Amino acid sequence: MSKQINVALIGNPNTGKTSVFNALTGLNQKVGNYPGITVEKKEGVCKLPRGVKAHIIDLPGTYSLNASSLDENVVIELLLNKNDKDFPDIAVVVSDVENLKRNLLLYTQIKDLEIPTVLVINMADRMDYKGISLDLEYLEKHLKTKIALVSTRKNQGIERLKSLIANYKDLSISHCIDLTEIDKDYFNNLQNTFPNQLIYKLWLVITQDVNFGKTDRNEIDAVANFKTKSKNDLKRLQQKETIKRYQFINDVLKNGQTIDVAHAKDLRMKIDRIITHQFWGYVIFFIILLTIFQAIYDWSSIPMDFIDTTFASLSEWTKNQLPPGTFTSLLAEGIIPGLGGIVIFIPQIAFLFLFISVLEESGYMSRVVFLMDRIMRRFGLSGKSIVPLISGTACAIPAIMATRNIENWKERLITILVTPFITCSARLPVYLIIISLVIPEGRFIGLGYQALTLMLLYLIGFGAAVSSAYILNRVLKIKSKAFFVVEMPNYKLPLLKNVAITVLEKTKSFVFGAGKIILALSIILWFLASFGPGDNFKNAEEITTKEYANQQLSSVELQQKIASHKLEHSFIGITGRAIEPAIRPLGYDWKIGIAIVSSFAAREVFVGTLATIYSVGSDEEDTIKNRMAGEVNPVLGGPLFTFASGISLLLFYAFAMQCMSTLAIVKRETYSWKWPILQLTIMTMFAYIVALIAFQLLK
Amino acid sequence: MEDTLANIKRGERCIITDVSSIHIPLKLLEMGCLPGNYVELVQVAPFHDPMYLNINGTHLAIRKETAMHILIKK
Repeated sequence: MSKQINVALIGNPNTGKTSVFNALTGLNQKVGNYPGITVEKKEGVCKLPRGVKAHIIDLPGTYSLNASSLDENVVIELLLNKNDKDFPDIAVVVSDVENLKRNLLLYTQIKDLEIPTVLVINMADRMDYKGISLDLEYLEKHLKTKIALVSTRKNQGIERLKSLIANYKDLSISHCIDLTEIDKDYFNNLQNTFPNQLIYKLWLVITQDVNFGKTDRNEIDAVANFKTKSKNDLKRLQQKETIKRYQFINDVLKNGQTIDVAHAKDLRMKIDRIITHQFWGYVIFFIILLTIFQAIYDWSSIPMDFIDTTFASLSEWTKNQLPPGTFTSLLAEGIIPGLGGIVIFIPQIAFLFLFISVLEESGYMSRVVFLMDRIMRRFGLSGKSIVPLISGTACAIPAIMATRNIENWKERLITILVTPFITCSARLPVYLIIISLVIPEGRFIGLGYQALTLMLLYLIGFGAAVSSAYILNRVLKIKSKAFFVVEMPNYKLPLLKNVAITVLEKTKSFVFGAGKIILALSIILWFLASFGPGDNFKNAEEITTKEYANQQLSSVELQQKIASHKLEHSFIGITGRAIEPAIRPLGYDWKIGIAIVSSFAAREVFVGTLATIYSVGSDEEDTIKNRMAGEVNPVLGGPLFTFASGISLLLFYAFAMQCMSTLAIVKRETYSWKWPILQLTIMTMFAYIVALIAFQLLK
Repeated sequence: MEDTLANIKRGERCIITDVSSIHIPLKLLEMGCLPGNYVELVQVAPFHDPMYLNINGTHLAIRKETAMHILIKK
C-alpha cells in the first residue's frame, strides 16, 4: 500500500478555499464532526500522479492562528499536535489574489511552525480585471515556498497544485520572521527554558486558550506557567508581532506584485452604493426575501403534488399485489406512507438551501449583516445573528452552529435561544398542507393569498424571535465584551459546482437524518394503530355491525365504520382519547393530538403521522390532503379543518419547540441542560396559549 | 488634523496614526488596522453605525464604538 499524504487546506474565509477543495476531491468527500464538538469536518481524497493518494482536510476558514472562535481553535489544535492522525505532512494555504497582503499573514504564521507549505494564489482569473501582475519566481524565492496560481472558475492550476503536493518533501521549512527581534529578553528566555521546542509553537501555547490533547501535556503546562507578562503586555507583543509580519509581507510584495490602479475596475463600489444604501439596501433585501418565499411556494408545489399522488398509488398498488396479512399492511400502511412523508420535503429543502448558498456564495450575506447590525442590536442581537436567523429557515441545527461567528457570548446565547422560532423547513410541510386546506385560493396584487399567509407565518416566526430576544436581553444578566468585525468580501458569481454540492449534501443529510426518525416513528405508529387491547378492539366487526344493524349502510360505508371503530380502540386511539380534553379547546381531535405528540420528536413527522393514521382504516387510494379535508369534527360536526382550527394549528406549530435534535444541539453549544429545557417549556406553553386564544376567537 | 475614525465622512480617506490595542480586537489589527495604513469610509448604515471601511485594501465593517478607539490623521 502506498502511503497517503495528509494535506491540510487552510485559508482566510472568502478565499475560495472550498472551491479548491471541491476541485481537488470532486464528490470524493465526506462531512462529519470533530470528536466531541460540532465543528464541521470536511475530508476528501485526491488522486495524485503516480498512484499516490492525498487525504485532504478542509479546515475551517480563519484569519490567523490567534483563534477567536471554536472553529478557529480546530485549526490551531491540529497544527500543534504532531501525534494527531490527521497532522498534515503538508499545509496548503489558499489566498485570494485581490487580498494577497492580508492572506499572507496566516501564511507566515504557518511557515513559522516549520510545516512544509504550498501557497495557492486563487482567483487568478481576476488579475487582469484588477490590474494585478505577479512575479512568481521572486515571490517563491522570498516567501520560501512553491506557488500554484489557481483559477477554480477556469479550472487552471489544479494539476500543478497536485504535483506540488506529491513532491512535498522538496519544500523548504524555514521561517518567515524571527520572534526574538520583537522582544529579545522575553523570547530568548523562553527559548532557553525549552531548548527543544519551536519558539513560535511555545508562543502560541502561551497566548492561545485551546486544547492540546494529551501529548507533552506536562511540558505545555510548564509553558503556560510562563505567563510572566500581564494580559495587556502579551497583547502588545502580539500587536508588535503582527506589525513585524506585515513588514515582512510588504517587503516581499513591493517587488513581487504590481497593481496598475488605472487599470483596475471597481464594480464593488458601484454595486455597494445601492446594495448597502441607507434606504434602497433595505428595500432590496425585502424584495429578495419576498421573491424567495413566492418562489419556494410556487415552484415546489408541482413536484410535491406529484410525490404525494405517487406514494398514494404506490401504497394502493402494494396492497393489491401482495397477499393480505400483517406484512402487507405494515408495508402499505406504515412504511410507504412514512417514506412519502420524508420524500415530500425534498423539493422545498433543496430550494431553500439553493437560495441560502447562493446568498452566501455571492457575498450578499455580509451586506445583510452590515445593514441589520444596528437594528438587531436593539434586540440584544448582533448583525451576525442575521445569518443564523436566515439559515434557520432551512434548519435550526446548522443555524445554531453558525452562531459561532458571534464573538460576544451574550449576543450568541440570545441568538441560540431565539433561533428555533424561525420557520424551519420542517414546519413548511405542516404549513403547506394546512394552508391549502383552510386558506382560499385567489390573488391580491399578483401574490396568492396562500403565499401571503406563508409569508405572514415567516414574519410571525421572525417577530417572535426578535421580541423574545428583546426580553432576554433585559432579563439575562451577562456581561461580556462586545466587538464586531465583518469582512465585506467582493461580489462573486456563485460557482454552480459549489452550490450543487451544498444543496446535495444538505438535502441528503436532512433526508437521512430526519428520515430515520420519521421511518421509525411511522412503524411504531402503525403498530399502535393496528393493534389494541381488550374485546372492544378484537370484536370491532360484530359490535359495529350490531350498532348499525337497523340503518341502511352500503358495505363500503360499513367497512369504514368498522375501521374507525378499530382505530378508536387501538393503542393509539386510547392514548389520543386520553389527551383529547387538553387539546379540544384548541380545535383539534385526538388524531391531530397524536400527530402533535409525535411531532415532539421532529415537526416534519406531523404529515407522515396523519398519513399513517388515515391509511390505517381506509381502503381507498387517496392523497393525504383529500383525507384531511374529509375529516369531521367530532363535537361540532362539519369539517375538522376549518379556518379557526387551521389557524390555531398553524400558530401552535409556529411557536412550539418540537425538535429533539435542536434541543440536543442547544445543550451541546451552551454546555448546559438549563437552556434547552427553558426553551422547551416556555415556547410550548406560549404556543398552547396563543393557539387557544386564536381558536376561541375565530370559531 | 487628529481625530477618531468614528468621525470621518463618507468617501473620506485618512491615515491611521494610533490604535488603542487594549480596546481593539487582535483580529482587527490582523486585518490591517495598524498605524500607517490608510482607511476610507465606503458606506455607513443609518445613525453612522456600523461603518463599512476600506482599510489598506481590506473591506470590512466595524461598529462605531470600536472606531472611537482608532486615531486618524486627515
